[in-house]
Amino acid sequence: MTAQPYRLAEGGVIDRTRPLSFSFNGRRLTGFAGDTLASALLANGVHLVGRSFKYHRPRGILTAGTEEPNALVQLETGNRSTPNLKATRVELYDGLAATSVNCWPGVRFDAGALIDAVHRMVPAGFYYKTFMWPRGGWHFYEKLIRRMAGMGRAPEGPDPDRYDRTNAHCEVLVVGAGPAGLAAARAAGRSGTRIILADEQPRPGGMLLNVTDTKGEPGADWIGDTLSELRSMPNVRVLTRTTVTGYFDHNFLVAVERVTDHLGPDAPAHLPRQRLWRIRAARVVLATGALERPLVFANNDRPGVMLAAAARAYVNAFAALPGRRAVVCTNNDSAYEAALDLHRNGVEITAIADLRTDPAGPAAEAAAAAGLNILGGHAVVDTSGRRRVRSAQVAGIGADGSLEGPVRALHCDLVLMSGGWSPAVHLFSQSGGRLRYDDALGVFLPDRARQPVQCAGAVNGADGTAACVLQGQDAGSGNRPAAASAPAAPEAGSHWPIPARNRSGEFRRFVDLQNDVTAADIALAVAEGYQSVEHLKRYTTLGMGTDQGKTGNVPGIAVLAGSLGAPLPAVGTTTFRPPYDPVTFGAIAGRDVGPLADPVRETPMHAWHVEAGAVFEDVGQWKRPFYYPLAGETKRDAVARECLAVRNAVGLMDATTLGKIVVSGRGAVAFLNRIYTNAWDDLEVGRCRYGLMLGEDGMVLDDGVTARLATNRFLMTTTTGNASRVLAWLEEWLQTEWPDLDVYLTSATEQFATVALAGPKARAVLSGLTSDIDVTTEAFPFMSWRSGHVAGFPARVFRISYSGELAYEISVPAAHGLSLWAALSRQGEDHGITPFGTEAMHVLRAEKGYLMVGQETDGTVTPIDLGMQWILKKKKDYIGRRSLARSAMLDPLRKRLVGLRTEDPELVLPEGAQILPTAPSGPPETMIGHVTSSYWSGVLRRSVALALVKGGRDRETTTVHVPLDGRTARAEICDPRFYDPDGARLRG
Amino acid sequence: MLLISCPWCGQRDESEFTCGGEAHIQRPPDPDALSDPEWADYLFMRTNPKGRHRERWCHTHGCGRWFNVERHTLTHDIISVYRMGEGPADDGDGDPS
Repeated sequence: MTAQPYRLAEGGVIDRTRPLSFSFNGRRLTGFAGDTLASALLANGVHLVGRSFKYHRPRGILTAGTEEPNALVQLETGNRSTPNLKATRVELYDGLAATSVNCWPGVRFDAGALIDAVHRMVPAGFYYKTFMWPRGGWHFYEKLIRRMAGMGRAPEGPDPDRYDRTNAHCEVLVVGAGPAGLAAARAAGRSGTRIILADEQPRPGGMLLNVTDTKGEPGADWIGDTLSELRSMPNVRVLTRTTVTGYFDHNFLVAVERVTDHLGPDAPAHLPRQRLWRIRAARVVLATGALERPLVFANNDRPGVMLAAAARAYVNAFAALPGRRAVVCTNNDSAYEAALDLHRNGVEITAIADLRTDPAGPAAEAAAAAGLNILGGHAVVDTSGRRRVRSAQVAGIGADGSLEGPVRALHCDLVLMSGGWSPAVHLFSQSGGRLRYDDALGVFLPDRARQPVQCAGAVNGADGTAACVLQGQDAGSGNRPAAASAPAAPEAGSHWPIPARNRSGEFRRFVDLQNDVTAADIALAVAEGYQSVEHLKRYTTLGMGTDQGKTGNVPGIAVLAGSLGAPLPAVGTTTFRPPYDPVTFGAIAGRDVGPLADPVRETPMHAWHVEAGAVFEDVGQWKRPFYYPLAGETKRDAVARECLAVRNAVGLMDATTLGKIVVSGRGAVAFLNRIYTNAWDDLEVGRCRYGLMLGEDGMVLDDGVTARLATNRFLMTTTTGNASRVLAWLEEWLQTEWPDLDVYLTSATEQFATVALAGPKARAVLSGLTSDIDVTTEAFPFMSWRSGHVAGFPARVFRISYSGELAYEISVPAAHGLSLWAALSRQGEDHGITPFGTEAMHVLRAEKGYLMVGQETDGTVTPIDLGMQWILKKKKDYIGRRSLARSAMLDPLRKRLVGLRTEDPELVLPEGAQILPTAPSGPPETMIGHVTSSYWSGVLRRSVALALVKGGRDRETTTVHVPLDGRTARAEICDPRFYDPDGARLRG
Repeated sequence: MLLISCPWCGQRDESEFTCGGEAHIQRPPDPDALSDPEWADYLFMRTNPKGRHRERWCHTHGCGRWFNVERHTLTHDIISVYRMGEGPADDGDGDPS
């Protein structure tokens, strides 16, 4: 086994009996079960973990948790690879493989580090200033910058892992299982109601896990007792490895549970990798703790510079020494505990530089008693060392905050810093709660809540385990937690930034380590007028990294306040937004991927279409046969053959997908009169009528044929894609505007299978399959319907046509659809019956100049534009009528429907092509319209096109110009009815 | 994610509903009597208050019924929910209809 030179012989939560092998940047290393990747790297003496975002500076491990800005890694390779994971949060498993992000060729020698040498040329906002010339140049530069300032790489193939999503409801959701959260969950759990306790760590306990000497306050035993009580309560669910990332309205919270991430490839197959929890809680207790703040001194970003509490966690919880010789810099008491714990474990504490002139109190006394060298009124003002800190420069800081006295270099391999603690108010702020700045504590604290939420523990300003437990108990019981006890103030506003000893250092005082934002950048932004914290954030990118500035934001605000000469609360915070911690797309998508991303609807005849080799088209969620190519046929050949079969013999098409809505009730006629532009009173039972539906703005919404089944019952058809939209539209009017109308709407789309039988031989085919329907024109004229039996199945037959040929649409109960289709196919064999798809249907209707909703219409087209004034009933009101009366609607220069006959009959214009009145002469051109439909017409042996053109048919016989790729086509405006304009065929 | 009390189904997630915009805008009984600006006002113009707002919602992925919601646009608090044809519960006249 490889030695772990910085591993302590005993202590910590790691399991020394389970060594784990892993690799970092190809180097084989060993850690133990219970390690994070960060603690295992430290145990091996690895501090250089990555390169920074902008300057490619060497970076190490700053923290021991979710707030980590530096130690980002790419985990694994191939399609399971995950970029930008925090080494401080990745749990070690056997065989784990991680690499650094944002460096080439490697983390030790990174070519991008040249940027750091010229850092003065790339200050805050440099890309706004530098790359805007020449005009449009940004598009060129952006690609380069993205490559230079990249992070990890997204995997290219589909994610092989499974993700889950689950909903949960509870009376109390407790976020965070530190002392306050555990106490809150226990108090709430005793009430017997449903409780969820969620914590992001693998083990409950929070900061308490990092403490070995609890000085009589609750410790490991207390955690154990509390947990076993919680586990004995059937009403309490404890979720570990679960980060609550979002707090939304009405106490809806989203959490991500990393179910098997810590097991790596050995994860059991039945478990999802991650699970997204959608939790609705009657009440929320936030026990989210506090995050330690860094100090802002020159070169505070070198590997080996670490937050004091993080070092304490590595020593106590992971038995990993982050160094052997440390210098501490602090403005508060908490770093002393870290220093003492490290000291006890053999780390030499060279000096504790305390920004407070006269550090007093129990922490300082204990440190002095242990013989530690405390320097009051001192700070670390600079560091040196290339890939690891080698010394810290310590100097006195005067009362005015300036550098005082000589600068001493202290040899060390670790610099610990503590700038006090920021309560983790992120979720509280997301919930809509207001923050207030507490001068005594020097922190932003939760103030007024907007939702049923309480904060307890360190997030609420409580100091010490006992105080946290008390607040937790109060909040868990539903009482207002007692006010925060005030610890020694960390003098938050002062000393940000700590003065540098030279000019070069002034530019290397990092505030946001992930995005390489320095105190100088903030000062520059202020000088350039970016004074609001929100502007500053966007200009400098402060707090905009994957860590969302968890460590750097408050120091950044303090630096801004200093630059402005304004008090810190006047500057305020930027808005906290979800997610608290990055969420994988996999967890959000859950199972809604691949075939489950959207439901697929198939007709009862689908199997037959598949068998026949149909090419399918998606229409809404439906799979519709597009065309049925024979062996060797192109799409154009197949469509032309299908069209000719309909024109000359007979074709059949699956029309099941058209929306069918049964409109019944005594008010049905009145309802149709209001919904459709034409009148329905005189439609006899047994007859059908085409109807056009408008929006209240007068624009065409949908069209279709409606049949009168009985005096008070109609069957309405809608276009396939609009079926549910139309039903919703009708319901809305009925329920909100006309509740007095006695009308009931029922969707019947799925209940019936419908086959369109079209072509001059349609009657012959149908008559051979029915004995109780008289199919003669006299008995069964165009635009009527009959019921009876077809192929032995109960059927309604509608004599309607969208192809312009003699045609029937036959509806049978859905279960008989396939049999009906087969029977019609057999019956029509002698007549050359041919299945045709939606594309042939489109061609056939375009040859007739029939509109297709969604093709000729786009929400800006009125019936007048389409030349359909004949369908607008004058003597009644209907939806959209008043809008059509607006003078602008009657403007003769509106785009209106016309036909287009290309000069070259072989040329099929592209749909969407622009139409010019004259040959193009260079931009700007005068555009008068566009092509809406364009096809090859087999029966006319030429192309046909429909278009919307200003002036419409007033331009008939004039020539227009259609610019295409590299040339211009000429076409003549004509009547859109290309084929059988008088409709003799469909009535025959 | 709002929690909306459908008057027919009870409390459900917002994702089951669609919002139909401002409530209590009646379709003019005689559209021809309106000038173009008056018609445009009915058609397009809506209030956009900061505070209490009465809206129509539809339980699209549930019972399919339309109803009214009085919602605070700043806090998203739902002050009352009432059926079509009814007034908000806190009208002050003590009569829900």
